[in-house]
Amino acid sequence: MKLSGWGNYPRIECRGQSFETVSELRKMFAEALETIPRGMGKSYGDSALADHVIFTRRFNKMLDFDRETGILTCESGATLSAVLDIFLPEGWFLSITPGVKSISVGGAVAADVHGKNHHRAGCFSECVIFLDLMLPDGRIMRCSRSENQDLFRATCGGMGLTGMILNAAIKLQPVASSSIDETIVRCSNLDAIFDAFDQYDKTAYSVAWIDCLAGGSRMGRSILMAGDHSNSGPLDPPRAPGLSVPFDLPGLCLNTWSVKLFNELYYRKSPSRPEHRVVSIDSFFYPLDGIGRWNRLYGKNGFTQYQLILPPEAGKKGLRRILHRIAESGAGSFLAVLKLMGPQNNNLLSFPMAGYTLALDFKIEKKLFPLLDELDNIVIDHGGRLYPAKDVRMTRSVFQKGYPKWKRFVQLREKYGLSNKINSLQSKRLGI
Amino acid sequence: MNVLVLGANSDIAYAVAEKFANLQHADITLASRNMELLEKKEADIRTKYGVQVRSVYFDALDAESHADFYKGLDPKPDVVLLSFGVLGDQEKAQADFNAARRIIETNYTGAVSILEIVAADFETKRSGTIIGVGSVAGERGRRSNYIYGSAKGAFLIYLSGLRNRLFKNGVHVLTVLPGFVNTAMTEGMDLPGALTLQPEDAAGDIHSAFLKKKNVVYTGWFWKYIMMIIKAIPEFLFKRLSL
Repeated sequence: MKLSGWGNYPRIECRGQSFETVSELRKMFAEALETIPRGMGKSYGDSALADHVIFTRRFNKMLDFDRETGILTCESGATLSAVLDIFLPEGWFLSITPGVKSISVGGAVAADVHGKNHHRAGCFSECVIFLDLMLPDGRIMRCSRSENQDLFRATCGGMGLTGMILNAAIKLQPVASSSIDETIVRCSNLDAIFDAFDQYDKTAYSVAWIDCLAGGSRMGRSILMAGDHSNSGPLDPPRAPGLSVPFDLPGLCLNTWSVKLFNELYYRKSPSRPEHRVVSIDSFFYPLDGIGRWNRLYGKNGFTQYQLILPPEAGKKGLRRILHRIAESGAGSFLAVLKLMGPQNNNLLSFPMAGYTLALDFKIEKKLFPLLDELDNIVIDHGGRLYPAKDVRMTRSVFQKGYPKWKRFVQLREKYGLSNKINSLQSKRLGI
Repeated sequence: MNVLVLGANSDIAYAVAEKFANLQHADITLASRNMELLEKKEADIRTKYGVQVRSVYFDALDAESHADFYKGLDPKPDVVLLSFGVLGDQEKAQADFNAARRIIETNYTGAVSILEIVAADFETKRSGTIIGVGSVAGERGRRSNYIYGSAKGAFLIYLSGLRNRLFKNGVHVLTVLPGFVNTAMTEGMDLPGALTLQPEDAAGDIHSAFLKKKNVVYTGWFWKYIMMIIKAIPEFLFKRLSL
């Protein structure tokens, strides 16, 4: 079967198998020469691509929920969306959620995903109480902060390269309603948005849309969306998926001019003074999930997301250089997101660290990769790094400079017999 | 309401069980051979929907055991979903009659054995619903899977006869004809994406057909028209095709 990541690039022929019991998985591990776990396939690039992949989508049962503590034990293929469908009406919400809910719990652990509350709550691994991990030799290891800590620290953020996550116990947070009290702040340039992030630091959630094509004095103009859970209001179940993009749009639909127009309209439609409103969890956290298969908007050649993070002080300068270079190139994206992040954790390969993260979608075209290579240099020069869950092209040296603990990760892979048995196109490219 | 799911390890059956637990708050009895898997599914349904769930061992091929199996159920079901079946390997079945027999007996003989027992109970109670999961493969024989198809075809005729018999007693018999569904059974096949359903979608179709007391339902609806065309192709032409 042909498989790709969410970016539809690259698209390769794979053999895929799914399992529903531990004994089936053990057999697959024994028989496969080399394989990679694959959840919902929502990582953008080649993190879950290999000649042989093992799907977790049928290994998706919920095993226990403790209504006193909010701890849910489930299999790794369960999706965040399924968790919300069941538990949001009961007043429980994910402690940490990325902007897409159709991902699996295993995928959330493997990419150690972050959300709009990273500055206060950290990465997904913060809500993980323990994991059960199957190594390729069939051993099952309970991993937590106190048990097999080395495997826990490598598995959270380890992109599936440490074995198959079987079960995870995750802590949900109680919420009084399914609404969010949101504040929208329009910021006319980069300094204004930096200030706004600091000003709204105490708010549970914050993220900004940024116009990456605006130059000069308007460079970095943004709209900050900050929110807290409402203290009152209904506990509505999540909305059902809306319309889907039925086919790949012609790649030409997204060009500098259409993106500029979109950005201009989007910026202007937001209020010039901070405005408060109450919105649903779905529209605050998962705006894009309302449109099924929106990845088709980028045409059949696919797209990639370039997500970088820079430490706070050097980062401000670095971001200016990066935005300048992008505006100059005209390679714009609808989805450009900026966020102030909290401190980094102790996991070997987790992406976030204190500073600013910027995420930009680009459609795949010839001139793109040289531009991204240039941006890589700016990122590395300013002490930053790129997010592996979005990546499809970074070089080994860019990766190694960004993730100084990569050697420990490689050693751990050797120690547990993973190096030759579990690999993705990405792990081979990055040399981990 | 208690729903008995025979062959609960089929992906479609399990998705239907979830619909009943979620939308009707029905208690669920899961029956199959693989108890390791059933017990996980039991936990899954209980965790998600807070209904009563139990797992019972059931072997479709062991017809001798069916009467005791049904006698042992307490409470007795109000809805029986029969969804066990095996696709088998057509080429192997052509070469080895034992392989063919296994396909026929699982899909047809075993189904008749257990459903006669259920029918007798529902007939006396003058209530109940039997949902039988057939296959569009049972509507026309094709070289790629006609052993499986013929067993499913026999099962379709059986269900229509059963419906005719039980109608006057107020028992509802629903025939389900799944087209392509993304399940364990079809894993590795190259299915046309636009015509292929997810098990949850198929389950939604089945559950609403149950509510509407339909006789026959295709999942998804367009399969009704696809099969209308396929059934209309004259045999002299059909035999030349490789569908």
